Amino acid sequence: MASLINEAFKKAKNANRPALLTYTVAGDNTKKKSLEILKSISAHADICELGFPHNTPIADGGQIQTSAYRAIKNGIKINDVFAIAKKFKLSKKTTPIILMGYYNMIYQYGENKFLKKCKNSKIDGLIVVDLPYPENRSFSKKCKRQTINFIQLVSPTTSSIRLKRIIKDSHDMIYYISMLSTTGGKLKVSSKKILENYFKIKNKNKSKNVVIGFGITEKTIKSLKKADGLVVGSAICKEISKSIKNRQNAVTNVTNVVKRLKNKIR
Amino acid sequence: MKLKKGVPLIDQHDQYGFWGGKFGGSFIPETLKKPVEDLTEEFKKLRKNKKFIKKRDYYFKNYIGSPTSFLKLENLSNHLGGAQIWAKVVSEANGGAHKIYNATVHALVCKAMGKKYIVGDTGAGYAGKMLSMAAKKFGLKCKIFMGAKDIKRQKPNCDAMKKNGAEIVPVYSGSQTLVDAVSECMRYWVSNCDNTHMCVGSTVGPNIFVKICGWSTAQISRELKAQLKSEFKKIPKKIKLINCVGGGSSAYGFWSEFIDFDKKQIELIGVEAGGPKKSKLHAAPLSRNAKIGILHGAASYVCQDNEGQINETESISAGLDYPGVSPIHCFLKDTKRARYTYATDEEALNAHVMVTKFENLNPSLEPSHAFAEAIKIAPKFSKDTIIIVNSCGDAQKDRDILKERLGKI
Repeated sequence: MASLINEAFKKAKNANRPALLTYTVAGDNTKKKSLEILKSISAHADICELGFPHNTPIADGGQIQTSAYRAIKNGIKINDVFAIAKKFKLSKKTTPIILMGYYNMIYQYGENKFLKKCKNSKIDGLIVVDLPYPENRSFSKKCKRQTINFIQLVSPTTSSIRLKRIIKDSHDMIYYISMLSTTGGKLKVSSKKILENYFKIKNKNKSKNVVIGFGITEKTIKSLKKADGLVVGSAICKEISKSIKNRQNAVTNVTNVVKRLKNKIR
Repeated sequence: MKLKKGVPLIDQHDQYGFWGGKFGGSFIPETLKKPVEDLTEEFKKLRKNKKFIKKRDYYFKNYIGSPTSFLKLENLSNHLGGAQIWAKVVSEANGGAHKIYNATVHALVCKAMGKKYIVGDTGAGYAGKMLSMAAKKFGLKCKIFMGAKDIKRQKPNCDAMKKNGAEIVPVYSGSQTLVDAVSECMRYWVSNCDNTHMCVGSTVGPNIFVKICGWSTAQISRELKAQLKSEFKKIPKKIKLINCVGGGSSAYGFWSEFIDFDKKQIELIGVEAGGPKKSKLHAAPLSRNAKIGILHGAASYVCQDNEGQINETESISAGLDYPGVSPIHCFLKDTKRARYTYATDEEALNAHVMVTKFENLNPSLEPSHAFAEAIKIAPKFSKDTIIIVNSCGDAQKDRDILKERLGKI
């Protein structure tokens, strides 16, 4: 059976556009609110990434850090993250959901127990920021056995020999980091250059869905629409922060951002 | 889990960088894989390169001022009765602490790799001060990441960094201490790894940084070994080497030559920061039984909650105020080669007072933790036991805290 992730990419391709992937932090700013946001934006997003927040996130920039600290402060626990995902999946059966976070939280929960819980909550994929190849081989195999996509990350610094091995070890989706940066950095490389690198990866194995993330905003998304998929995270987290500050409805505001993003890549 | 003899501890890891199969490793974002691999290759070559070793030794001798002295604390020993207490006065090193060894080596490695920018983290400010000194010496542009809380409490070292032309980047996230400084420094490196070298200030972080730092501070125990032989004709039968442990760089440097000895002959004692007596918070993952976790790219015992969120720590000593610890100390703990304990803020302060009262020595709050343990155990032994404390930092940087707590200038 084809994975929901593959299906989502196929659907976008048939519509002649890249898939839109969103990233929000579970529990930002409350458990209830983050579920509402997730449900509401999934009307426009093809795949939803849901972060399980860590308080020492070494690869995240200011916006996502703020969201993560806010969620932790409001009491989010890992079991709440699963509960949010599960509830989401009850109403949006065909929208793939990918959990994203840092390895220590999986390690403390126990790899096997974590994956069982993922399966139980109908999680479609996992991104673990600080578990690179080849250290991730045993865990990614475990994911595969549970038919959960383990999503490999590649970056502009990834050597070609590594790239080959990582692609070989990857499942349905590969995440290309657009530039040397933490999340939410300003795009400091031209879209042309990013796409050039992107196609080097894509052309190695055309059956893999390769997405681009880091630094993508309403301003830059259109220029990258040749990719299979585009991830927007920090721009969304920033909108949540802004809405809270201005005492506005975060659900509406964030949904509008995602709607606009989608319109730009149609 | 077993220690090997005749192999430096920093090299006793497996192909994935784990000591004892579970401590260390390199849990890093993909972007850092290449720069970490490049650094690993370069360091592997450099440490075999005779010219590089010669250069290192030249700067250790002429710039850092090796060897630092080894002396008996007669008055303190007489006052306490029991074991002899000695000090390895590493604070005599240029800049006032052991951090200069690691900083100098990193600056040399940075030069060898043709990079012009160097960044580092700091807690007590010593790692930052030394890196700024080394950067100035070798003509590198330097940025230091430091928690906003630490900037306030370690002002003298901040002044020194600025004087050396380094930029101090204050870190306001989390507890605004060392843990946040290291995170922010790593984030900066993720974004600038193409032209910037990163120095991790202790034997923590991804595997290669543990190795480079340990290789650098090992100078301390090479000196001590020679000094012991010249002082006692041979290595004495009963020695206790006491060192404070934050990240663990000075302790590893102090012990590395002695790890192969039987622990009945040379006992290794690490003293962590127990925090204020009345507080539940501390920075003592080894001695207060924290669980293994992943922090800043390595697996080690980490102060954390059961979900894996890193705990806030508390200590009077900024240099020890860190929730994790070096994977090599975890390995030494689990193989039972070293024993780890802690001293509270109050015990460290009292030790500082006692040492400065009896001796012409001014240990900073970090080694004062080690002195607290020495003072505690010395009376239990006879004078054929030689207790040696690594006095690895000078208290000049602590003058504001000491003034506040002791009314002392």
